[in-house]
Amino acid sequence: MSDELDDLKTLMQAATPAPNAQRKAEILALAQENFRNVQGSHTAARPTDKRGPLARLTVGVKSMLDALSHRGALTATTAIAAVALVMIIPQARDVAFEPFSRSENETVETQTSAKADSEMSISVLEEPVVEVPMALEDAAAPSPKHAGRLQVQNGPSAVSTLGTLIEPAPIPDQNTESFANADPNALKVTADDPVSTFSIDVDTASYAVIRSSLMRGYLPPKDAVRVEEMVNYFPYSYPVPEGDAPFLPTITVAPTPWNSGTQLVHIGLQGVMPEIQERPPLNLVFLIDTSGSMQNPDKLPLLKQSFRLMLGELRPQDQVSIVTYAGSAGQVLEPTPASDRSTILAALDKLEAGGSTAGQAGLQQAYAVANSMMQEGDVSRVILATDGDFNVGLSDPDALKDYIARQRDTGTYLSVLGFGRGNLDDATMQALAQNGNGQAAYIDTLGEARKVLVDQLTGALFPIADDVKIQVEFNPAQIAEYRLIGYETRALRREDFNNDTVDAGEIGAGHSVTAIYEVTPVGSDAIQNSPLRYTTTTQADGSDEIGFFKLRYKAPGDADSQLIKQPMQSGQGEVTDDIRFSFAIAGFGQLLRDGSYLGDWTYDDAIALANMSKGDDAFGYRAEAVTLMRLAQTLSR
Amino acid sequence: MITSDEELAQAAASGDAGAFATLLERRYDGIFRLAYRLTGQTHQAEDLTQDICAALPAKIGGYRGQAKFTTWLYRVVVNAAQDMRRRQASHARAAASWGDLEHMRRRDAAEVAESLDWLYQAMNALPEDLRGTLALTLDAELTHAQAADVLGVSEGTVSWRMSEIRKRLRAMKEEELADE
Repeated sequence: MSDELDDLKTLMQAATPAPNAQRKAEILALAQENFRNVQGSHTAARPTDKRGPLARLTVGVKSMLDALSHRGALTATTAIAAVALVMIIPQARDVAFEPFSRSENETVETQTSAKADSEMSISVLEEPVVEVPMALEDAAAPSPKHAGRLQVQNGPSAVSTLGTLIEPAPIPDQNTESFANADPNALKVTADDPVSTFSIDVDTASYAVIRSSLMRGYLPPKDAVRVEEMVNYFPYSYPVPEGDAPFLPTITVAPTPWNSGTQLVHIGLQGVMPEIQERPPLNLVFLIDTSGSMQNPDKLPLLKQSFRLMLGELRPQDQVSIVTYAGSAGQVLEPTPASDRSTILAALDKLEAGGSTAGQAGLQQAYAVANSMMQEGDVSRVILATDGDFNVGLSDPDALKDYIARQRDTGTYLSVLGFGRGNLDDATMQALAQNGNGQAAYIDTLGEARKVLVDQLTGALFPIADDVKIQVEFNPAQIAEYRLIGYETRALRREDFNNDTVDAGEIGAGHSVTAIYEVTPVGSDAIQNSPLRYTTTTQADGSDEIGFFKLRYKAPGDADSQLIKQPMQSGQGEVTDDIRFSFAIAGFGQLLRDGSYLGDWTYDDAIALANMSKGDDAFGYRAEAVTLMRLAQTLSR
Repeated sequence: MITSDEELAQAAASGDAGAFATLLERRYDGIFRLAYRLTGQTHQAEDLTQDICAALPAKIGGYRGQAKFTTWLYRVVVNAAQDMRRRQASHARAAASWGDLEHMRRRDAAEVAESLDWLYQAMNALPEDLRGTLALTLDAELTHAQAADVLGVSEGTVSWRMSEIRKRLRAMKEEELADE
């Protein structure tokens, strides 16, 4: 019996053509030429008066960059067809950014014995050249019956414009996106499990991803929907704190729009907005992914425009540095005062996409730069901009998280900005931002860039409270069942609340954060779990409190947390438009994710509720949300 | 006595142009073959080979003599092939390589031998990870363990993928027989 695999192998061996002899000779000659050039630039790179492994590294990369045009010119003389030349130049740039040759050679040649130096080199070198399995699986080609959709698959990212694309396109059935999420929070029986603990979350990435999906004409993947991020996307004006407290929690209990037998407990935190003029100087290190996949218009070009917008908001004493990573990490802009706009803009404009991504080496360098910029009283932050494509150099996501968590303790924050679709590794972005005490935002349009980087710059960049955790204990005598809407990825263990070493989310200046519980009062006909036969029911203890709210936070830089607590009463607070609107969005998110608790509540109801509670809507965000609800309604039919 | 690849690579890494030339001359055909099997098109394989060879002088410094040189080299090839695909995908040109052959096959159905036809069909139907694994193990040059090393997966995964390929090929064959 003949084996099909052997047949295939034999056929393949027969089908593989012999290399073209002339082409071979040309290519070998080219390689020799390049070899000489690379050797030349090695010797040129060595004399340097800069100190420190990092400085040497960047000088090396720079001189390789300088050698680039030279090499390009020589290549032209090798009489290779012009088409081939076009192929070489981007590749040559990749070479210039390749860390594995550069950093090691520097270390070996200079024989530096400093411990930090060797540690750094090793941590870079331990990474495999490529994480192949992921990449190969990612790139799985469509099967023949999908061949006709191939164009479509690349369509959305290739043609998408800045916020105006409303062209319906089928769901890309082959992409490499991954989203972080957990199963929706289940209904809890208060008598069994009265305590709910979670970390606050000021990310907004999920909402932007959902918008980008809907605008392209398909429903977002269920795992892309994180209800709390959708709710927190919108600015609310909850009561502002007075005195020294960095923020004020306001609790409101109101009837549930989608279930007459339950109530919603709305917890709104409003962060204080410090005087903008008094803010400390900022050190920003932009860590920009310039890998090949970033060249779509909605990636690197949008990123450049976004940062240009942000630059206008910075003040002269702020400092900006740019580190890129693609195959290798390199500092393309040394720390520069924000007032020196022309230098910064020139460095931004020079960025081009090419090569693969070495996320970890880039992060290490960005943190090193941020640490070197740090002065007493400054706020330092690394802003990672990527399409989430950590395909090279990341052998162990957990190691990367640990690394970021260690850096967090040095006082440098990390924010992650996601760009583009198709490649978006939302899970990694979330993990990085959560571990780096930062925020993850997804930038799909210039409008979103404006919201994240200009309108909310202060909040995005200045933390006012770290490790903010919420714990709610429900009174089983009043509340039979409860359910936290969203925050699935932020759940904490009960004992973590009092443990100050457990990391949690941060709140930036002026941020508002919302959390919503759906609670079913004792005696309501909406109770879903019938009482147990062998367990005695809790007797009313005379208290009409429905629960007790506790919040812990740390002032930035502090090791010890502070406690805020207050009881929750039925019918507490006044239902404002802000609160009603947040309910509409929470309902919208659940419709997109899993509407099992919504009964017969539909998009029509969500739209009506949102329209009713739009309020001032100075920026038009809420009107946009209604548009998205309508789109989702149409698409879900 | 032939100097080993590894010795040549180390010499090249420390700047020996002669060693580099010898090494590349020796391994050029292997690079091209693998490139062809990963892309499925002669001109793409040539472009890819050129990219790799042009970049190799700078990359070779990263070879530390820990892995077998061909393991290291083929990893570079697999990586470059993947980069190339990514670039093409983001250019929306979406040349699916083996996928293109599907059209070619249809056009030239009369001219292409039936067996070759089956090869293209089979390669087309395999997902990328299986195709890559197959390309690497084809010449019996690399053991499963070495292929696993190149791909950065475990040896068990490679063996599993090979049996998966067998299974799929057999299923295809059976389908064809049923059609006839």
